Parts: sequence; C-alpha cells; structure tokens
Amino acid sequence: MNNEQLIETLKKIVKPYIQDEAAFEDLSEETDFVNDLKINSANLVDVILDVEDEFDIEIDNDSMEQMLSVQAAMEIIKTKLNQK
Amino acid sequence: MTAAQIIAVLPYQAPFLFVDTLTAISEDGITGEYTFKEDAYFYKGHFKDHPVTPGVILTETMAQIGAVCLGIYLTRNNKKSNRAPQVALTSSAIDFYVPVYPGEQVTVISEKEYFRFNKLKCKVQLFNAQDQLVCRGFISGMINEK
Repeated sequence: MNNEQLIETLKKIVKPYIQDEAAFEDLSEETDFVNDLKINSANLVDVILDVEDEFDIEIDNDSMEQMLSVQAAMEIIKTKLNQK
Repeated sequence: MTAAQIIAVLPYQAPFLFVDTLTAISEDGITGEYTFKEDAYFYKGHFKDHPVTPGVILTETMAQIGAVCLGIYLTRNNKKSNRAPQVALTSSAIDFYVPVYPGEQVTVISEKEYFRFNKLKCKVQLFNAQDQLVCRGFISGMINEK
C-alpha cells in the first residue's frame, strides 16, 4: 500500500468521528486528529480500534499515545505491517 | 473487589447517586439495582402533577451501574489511591419503552463491548420489577484512575 492509498484508507476511517468538515476536506499528512479534525478522546479510541481491524494489526498503549496525526498514524501502521 | 467496595468509591452522592446494590460482577459485565425514591427532587418538575422518572435519569442510572461501576471493577488492579476515579460520559444511544414511576425498583444489566485505552463501551438494558424492558442501548465513557 502506497502513501496515497494509506491516506485514503485513514480518511475513510476517521470520517464518522470528525467535527471540522473543512479540515477533513483538506486532510493531508500534516493533519492533526485532535487539533485540526476536532476528534474527541473517546472517538480517537474508536479510530485506533478501526485502524486495528482495517489493517489487522495491534496497537499498544505507547503507539496509541503517539497516534495523534495522520503522519504519525501512517508511520505506526507501516511499522506494524512490516513486523507481520 | 466486592459490591460494597465498588459503591464506596463511586464519585456520586445524594441526590445524584443511583446505585443501591450490585448483584453480579465480572470481567464481562455487571448487574445492579436501584429504587427511585418517592420524594426525589426531579418528580416535582417532571411532570407537573404527574411524576414520571425522566429519561436522562434512567440513562444516568444505566451509566452509573452499567459503565462506572463496571469501569471501577475493571481498573481495580491499577488503582493508585482510594479516591474516586475520574469519569466522563462520552456517548449514549438509548431507546425507551415503558415509563418508571416514583418508588419503582429497576435492574440494570450491562455487557462490556470493549474496554481499551481507558474507554469503556457497554450494551446496557434496564428492566422494571415486572421484568419488562424499560430502556436499552449503548453507553460509552472514559475512566481514569487516580
């Protein structure tokens, strides 16, 4: 999966939880889940659980705490996929 | 952890404590009961001359027994103090079927959907003393042990 496909997949995952439509339309690697998309902490957990299901990976507490932006999520997903 | 120990650390008190007893406690779910007091303050206004337990109070009862009591049990091993945990309701989706009048006893049955990264999501049902389903739905919250 290339970066473009990865971003598209993440976009599909976060869509139900975002509060800022404009930031969602402009979603890029730099987009921050909390500050830009205004996802609350409870829904951030849902994003992580959906990422686990979509990519069939397990996110631990340390990774979860870092997963605050599209870029960080992409790096963690790639690392976990490579470990499989 | 016993029912009495769980109730003792609940971060609520009268007139906003809606847990009397817990009758079943496990990793997967919890069952508890509450009897609505005839003279509870909200019956004066809901409704005028026709007291009915408000849906928000039924939802609160489901959340206190089904999510907060269960959350306290699930985090029993990483408690740092005897203080009440910090809890926050993050979502609720409840359907209501029959009314609950002053003095009625209700039973809340909650099943854990998941508990991860401090978020607890539960499938919760509330029954009256005739075993009729009063309301049911999903409740989620965050819990942080102090």
